[in-house]
This record gives sequence, structure tokens and C-alpha cells, in this order.
Amino acid sequence: MNGLAVQTPYTVPVGMMDALQITLLVLVAAGATAVVLIRAPVRQVLMLSTYGVLLAVLFLAFQAPDVTLSELTVGAVLLPAVLLLTLAKVRKKEQ
Amino acid sequence: MTPRQRRWIFLVAGAGLVAFYLWGLLGLPGFGRYPGPYGPAILRVVVAQTNATGVVSAINFDYRGFDTVGEEFILFVAAAGVATVLRRLRGERDRPAVDEAADRDVPDTSSAVRMVALLSVGPVVLAGWWLASHAQTNPSGGFQGGVMLATAFVLIYLSGEFLVFKRFSPVDLTDVVEAVGAAGFAAIGVSAVAMGLPYLKNYLPLGQVPGAVSSSGTIALISFFVGIEVAAAFILIVGELLDQTLLIRRYSSGRGG
Amino acid sequence: MQVFPFIVVAWILAVGLYGVVTSRHLVHQIICLIVVQSSTYVLLLGVGYVTGAVAPYFFDVPNHTPAVDPVVQACALTDVVVEAAVTALLLSFAIQAYKRFGTLDPQELAALKG
Repeated sequence: MNGLAVQTPYTVPVGMMDALQITLLVLVAAGATAVVLIRAPVRQVLMLSTYGVLLAVLFLAFQAPDVTLSELTVGAVLLPAVLLLTLAKVRKKEQ
Repeated sequence: MTPRQRRWIFLVAGAGLVAFYLWGLLGLPGFGRYPGPYGPAILRVVVAQTNATGVVSAINFDYRGFDTVGEEFILFVAAAGVATVLRRLRGERDRPAVDEAADRDVPDTSSAVRMVALLSVGPVVLAGWWLASHAQTNPSGGFQGGVMLATAFVLIYLSGEFLVFKRFSPVDLTDVVEAVGAAGFAAIGVSAVAMGLPYLKNYLPLGQVPGAVSSSGTIALISFFVGIEVAAAFILIVGELLDQTLLIRRYSSGRGG
Repeated sequence: MQVFPFIVVAWILAVGLYGVVTSRHLVHQIICLIVVQSSTYVLLLGVGYVTGAVAPYFFDVPNHTPAVDPVVQACALTDVVVEAAVTALLLSFAIQAYKRFGTLDPQELAALKG
């Protein structure tokens, strides 16, 4: 399909959508590298939360709003909360 | 084997793995050129067959409902596993916290955090409930709504004491709610079998208007059960981890600081 | 643009695996596992995308507009939530390992016996 396949209030020209998707993919790749390269656990959890938001925006650009909602609630809120609780447990004895 | 050797062996083997992976991925029909027959076949018939305008939820709870039953039970077992692994073993006891946390400076929760958390609990519960009950209309569904409801309980913990969280979600009640959710989903499927239809067939009346809340038969009902099950599972998990860390902290803030 | 998303998927997988193998902290290892899982979500959605199509929701768009593939979205959706619970289970194992052995370094844990 070239050009606009359908005229709705939500579609944009294909070139613009391509540029958006490429930018978001590059940001996601950079975010994943940053998550792995950070070694301090608490900072890594914050970076994981940012990575979750980036992924959610990427899924939105891939026309998948349901997966966006899932990734936002799970990856940006619940998973960092569970991780921080675990870190609080293991850090208590390290001090 | 030293860590350096391990790293070099991984780099070699990992390069080989990624090369094969890329070779396989490049054989796909290219990004944006999805050819496959399954997607367009479903899109052609879904609104007429189920009166649901949210196609993804219709697939999750009707066309591929059996897969979703399996996934929900994975969630159920994972929550039970966390509760089992973190149980109090014979020989452990709650150590008094004075010796452990006395040298750590634990600041009180600031009033700004408490106020914001308290004010957002209501809207978050409302939004989560709306998401869990509108699966057939919008991008919503039981899974997202359930996770949002669990997040509301985490906000309750943030805005108050640990005891308030425990009072709002006692373990027995959360256990029962989770079991009701999981069993409700399976029971809907079994009730279809009891009527002589295949397991999980959508047999409730489909409603008049596509996408209305009361349309699409069992999809809305299943989404509701999934929502409460997911919410209860995550509240249990967070509650278990909080038990581990903060029963002690509560004592220390009263005695030491 | 035809193959760029798949290259990004392979990159995220490689980076995540590198993090798992060379990690010195169990929680860091589990977070790198989360990164590896996220590469599969991007792959699933990338396979089902149709250029110029809309999201598969027909509430305010006429009924037979060309839409992206909804089946892979359904798979990815349940995947995201369930993997979070499995990660919580892994974290509880990490807590118990710390309680028993006193260390969170996977390379020291591998050397312990019993």
C-alpha cells in the first residue's frame, strides 16, 4: 500500500509515520543499551521505568494502543515498584 | 574459568547466535508488508460475529480464549509461588529492628507525596474499573484494568502507613477475590460445555449496537473476571514483598526515630 | 525501513544477553532479562504491521478500513502482564538466595555448594 490507504482523522502521511517510527526505534535501542550498561541497581530501576515509557510510545506508533496501556501500567509503574521493594530488602543487610 | 574468559566466549558465541537470528529475521516479508491470511480474515468477520468493536479483546476472550485461560493461570500460579517462596520458614523470626535500621537515616514521607498519592487513588480506581469493563469497545481490557487497580493499592501504601495498606487488602480477602476471578473465567467456559456447546463459546445475547457496554456476550463478563483476578494477584505480590521489608521499618520509626 | 525494526530487535536481544552473562548482581541480571523479553514484544508488533493502516478498533472508524494485524497484539498484550508476575517470582527467589547465602553475586553463587 503506498500513500494514504484510508482517510480517517487519525492517519498521517506515510513518510511522517516512517520518520516517527525510525526515531522511536533508535531511542528504544539506546534505552536498552543504557539499561544494561548501568550497574547500580537503583539507578537501573529508574532507567527501566524510562525505557518502559519509550517502549509504550513505540507501540503507539505501531498502531497498538492496547499493548501501550499494558506496557505503561506494568513496565513504568508496577515492575519498578516491585524491584525497589526487593532492593530495599537486600540493601537493609548490606549497610 | 575467569570472568574475562567467560566474556570472550560469550562474545564469540553471541555473535554467532545474533547472526543466525538476523538471517532468519531478514527472511520475513519486510516491515509493513504483512501478507498473512489470519489477520484480515478475522477483521472481515469480527464485528458481524461478535458485535464487539474492540477486535483485540474479542480475539483475547473469544477467538483465542483458550490461550488466555492458560495465561491467566500462569499469573495465578506465579502469585501463589511468590507467597510460597517468601513464607516464614521454620527458624526465622521477625528480628527486632533496632539493631538493623538504627544506623540508617530513614526520612519521613513528605506531605507532598502523601497528598498527591491520596488524591490520585480515586481517579486511578475509576480508570482501572472503566478499563476492565469496556473490553469490547475501546483499547481496554481485563489485563490493563486489573494492573491499574493494583497500582491504586500501591498508591494507598505510599500515601499512608503500611498498616493502612494491610487493612485495605487483608490477605484472606485478596486470596478469595483472586480465586473467584480465575474460577469465574474457567466456569464461564465450563458452563458453555454444560449447554452442549464447545468450551468457551460465546453464547450470551450479543446485543443490538456494536460496541455498547452490554453487547458482545461473554466477552465483557470474562474481561471483568480477568480484571479482578489480575488486580488481586498483583496486590498479593506487592503485599508479600512489603511484608518482607517494612514490617520492621514500621517498628523502627516508632522506637528509634 | 523494510528491515530496520528487525535489526533493532536483534540489537536489543544481544545487549540484553550480554547483560545477563556479565552481570555481578542478581537484580541487575533480572532487569536485563526484562530487556530481552521486551525485544520479543517489538518483534511481534513489527511482524504484524501494515503500512498506512489504522489500529484495529472500529468504534469511530468505518467497519472495513484496512487495519494492522490484531492477533499479534493480543499475544503481546497478555505477554506483557504475565511476564511481570513471573519476574516477581524470580525476584522472590533472589531474596531467598540472599537470605541463605548472604551474597547476590551470581558468579559467587555458582561456586557455592549446598
